[in-house]
Amino acid sequence: MRHLLSIADLDKVSAINILDTAVELARVSDGAVKKLPTLRGRTIVNLFAEDSTRTRISFEAAAKRLSADVINFSAKGSSLSKGESLKDTAMTLQAMGADAVVIRHSASGAAARLANCEWMSGSVVNAGDGTHEHPSQALLDAFTIRKNLGMGSSDLVGLNVAIVGDVLHSRVARSNVLLLSMLGAKVTLVAPPTLLPVGVQSWPVEISYDFDMVIPHVDVIMMLRVQQERMTDLFFPNAREYSRYFGLNSERMAKMKSGAIVMHPGPMNRGLEISAEVADSSRSVITEQVTNGVSVRMAILYVLLAGGALDKGIN
Amino acid sequence: MSVALSAQDISRALTRISHEILERNQGPSNLVILGIPTRGAHLASRISSIISSIEGTNIPTGTLDITLFRDDLRLRPPRAIMPTFIPSTGIDEKDVVLVDDVLFSGRTIRSALDALGEIGRPRSVQLATLVDRGHRELPIRADFVGKNLPTSRTQSVKVLLAETDGRDEVTIEGEA
Amino acid sequence: MTMVDFIIKNAELADGSKSDIAISKGVISAMASSITSEATTTIDAKDCIVLPGLVDLHTHVREPGREDAETVLSGSRAGVKGGFTALSAMANTSPVADTAGVVEQVYRLGQEAGLLDVFPIGAVTQGLKGEALSEIGAMADSVARVRMFSDDGYCVSDPLVMRRALEYVKKFNGVIAQHAQDPRMTVDAQMNEGLISARLGLKGWPAVAEEAIIARDVLIADHVKSRLHICHLTTAGGVEIIRWAKARGIDVTAEVTPHHLLLTDDLAGSYDPIYKVNPPLRTESDVMALREALADGTIDIVATDHAPHPMESKECEWQEAAFGMLGLETALSIVQMTMIDSLLMSWAQVAQRMSITPARIAGYENHGQEIKEGAPANLVVIDPHRKWTVDRDLVQSKSSNTPYHGFELPGVIAHTIFKGKASMLNGVIASKETL
Repeated sequence: MRHLLSIADLDKVSAINILDTAVELARVSDGAVKKLPTLRGRTIVNLFAEDSTRTRISFEAAAKRLSADVINFSAKGSSLSKGESLKDTAMTLQAMGADAVVIRHSASGAAARLANCEWMSGSVVNAGDGTHEHPSQALLDAFTIRKNLGMGSSDLVGLNVAIVGDVLHSRVARSNVLLLSMLGAKVTLVAPPTLLPVGVQSWPVEISYDFDMVIPHVDVIMMLRVQQERMTDLFFPNAREYSRYFGLNSERMAKMKSGAIVMHPGPMNRGLEISAEVADSSRSVITEQVTNGVSVRMAILYVLLAGGALDKGIN
Repeated sequence: MSVALSAQDISRALTRISHEILERNQGPSNLVILGIPTRGAHLASRISSIISSIEGTNIPTGTLDITLFRDDLRLRPPRAIMPTFIPSTGIDEKDVVLVDDVLFSGRTIRSALDALGEIGRPRSVQLATLVDRGHRELPIRADFVGKNLPTSRTQSVKVLLAETDGRDEVTIEGEA
Repeated sequence: MTMVDFIIKNAELADGSKSDIAISKGVISAMASSITSEATTTIDAKDCIVLPGLVDLHTHVREPGREDAETVLSGSRAGVKGGFTALSAMANTSPVADTAGVVEQVYRLGQEAGLLDVFPIGAVTQGLKGEALSEIGAMADSVARVRMFSDDGYCVSDPLVMRRALEYVKKFNGVIAQHAQDPRMTVDAQMNEGLISARLGLKGWPAVAEEAIIARDVLIADHVKSRLHICHLTTAGGVEIIRWAKARGIDVTAEVTPHHLLLTDDLAGSYDPIYKVNPPLRTESDVMALREALADGTIDIVATDHAPHPMESKECEWQEAAFGMLGLETALSIVQMTMIDSLLMSWAQVAQRMSITPARIAGYENHGQEIKEGAPANLVVIDPHRKWTVDRDLVQSKSSNTPYHGFELPGVIAHTIFKGKASMLNGVIASKETL
């Protein structure tokens, strides 16, 4: 496998392989070994054309723990923000000898453009492209669910997951729908009708506009971030209505199944889609998601880069 | 194909190795046994039980996967990572006995030494191997050997163990 | 016997009959089964079909303003290569063609190039802003004699403005060509709204944004009894509305582009913006409905919407890329592939859709005429049996944004005759000296 652009690039076996690899890598990192020589001599470029401290640091930590050299290329103040094209940026990366580029970009498909163009030959890891996908987030989410609720199983068969919020604009939702159903979980999307894409009927999910009806039946509630701009774009009348119908507050949390967990890809709008009490409660695994992110990203980099020339396509 | 070690040969060799380990280290008190997955881990487990039954105490035993420390990763597609389990006693100041099934080029053991170096600082590192087939590419040697098997480079040595393959046997295949 | 300029021997006409055609002084001087006069040039059209020269009612020539993408000259060359003897230059240039001055400039550039007729289309509203009517009368009375008006690129979305335009243009015997796209429903839209856009995370351009405007405009056109033309129809729903309107006797005509007869929205899956176009590629069922409608005449004509863009506008992320594809040089081949070779249409019908009817809608008197003695010699000679492979580096257009690069297409255009002279002979385009 040369690139990770979308969960659709994986199948059940390769997805579970990444999760299992992450388990071992986490054990290694938790234990005495803090640094592995596995990717020594490789150069990984973080190309973050969209602001994101959390994900970039996570990928950077993952790369460094595998002894790769990391170069950070972020939007603010860089030539990318001054109008340098994706093509010129890619050719610069190629000239720098990047073995892999971790790209975060506001345009859906930017990772695919970089991977499929003739401008550079390295591996491309999609760290979030527009509203399309965020595969490493879905993998760390699946890892977290499996760790907390998997009961030793390699997949997620038998688990019910609710994804709640702005599905229309969420790359996290798209990747999670693909991965969770691939791993056998049952997914329910909960959102106001305006925030579900036309075409969602063909996705392997149930749909509900009624959060309260769904809550007692699920093992995982994954809250999505709702952006303030959505209100001015007529997706819902105001924050109050949104929270009333789709916010996860303490009353709703009390109706959750015993053992069910709360997740959020971050950053949270405390008070809008999720209340402070819920975010800080014992059901929340939100900070654990961040920790797991590093191991999962180490596993992704290992699977893409540790193998040799026989595995890579020729450009 | 010829059988180099039968099940009984293997059993006797492991018993002898267990005694040799105890003799060389003057007892079990400072030992940590780490098997290199997959088959080395099973052999380590057997050696640990044998020592336990001789001495009446349990020896800290674990596994050390060296995939991430290999020097030949780039030559093949990525390998699956096996579990690494270091006993809670750790390895600092301990006499660590690495256990593997076949000693050949020595590169696996070099990776294991690198891995151990990242984990801590043992007092000593010793190597027990079921089969030594020669053709070292690095200055590595075994302390405890089940059987020395002279082979040519093109031959292959196959180790079968009950835990993974249903029976115990060591065979050599190919032309000498 | 006096020497004629051309004799085309063994031509097969659209109705299947065979004839020799003699051309002299810009007109067809004789037609007979065997003409023996001497000619300056003799063309053997054995196994070829001769049609009236193709007429495009939707071409973006980009001059004035974006001469890096295309000029009137390069666009003319592309048109000749595609078998066209008349192009219609859309008004969304820079400056916009909303005055007599700009349309006369474009007209003059076309005359200078001399390869085909370039008829400027005038903007409906000033600056294409959709607020105030442009100088429709001045453009109609100018040397360019504009009869077709369009804000293409933008929709005339204000219903009152559209009503007034439809009424006003009646004085000048003109037609308003609407680019049907409700702007509020398509803000920042990138591709057809549907299953594919949901998966790809690209903002959708719903079919209803086209259909709603068409429905509104056919009713307004009926109310004020004016002629309406719908540009680049792309939806099955739009086809239904046009069918309904025509059944009621409403004076509406519609066009479809070659790419909408073939390509579908799943091509966006690679995120390669060579497939980014406005209106967007739609679904398989839309393509089938469009083909059926073109065959039965609900859709009156094929128009290319030839939209050249420089490389940097396509070698980037989808969202940054410009909308549009080249169309002139591949149009007839795509129509042959989708409509003739699939047995949906005959060559006679192709002559109707790509020459006779467009000329009638826009009032181009010297074009789209039946091939007979005395008619102006604007012809195209096509070899439908030969195939060719599209190479984006070898196009006549200044730009190379064709979605068909590497495709093998049927039908080679051998010769194009404009005003009795060969604008293209054996695939070679005439230079100024030879014209």
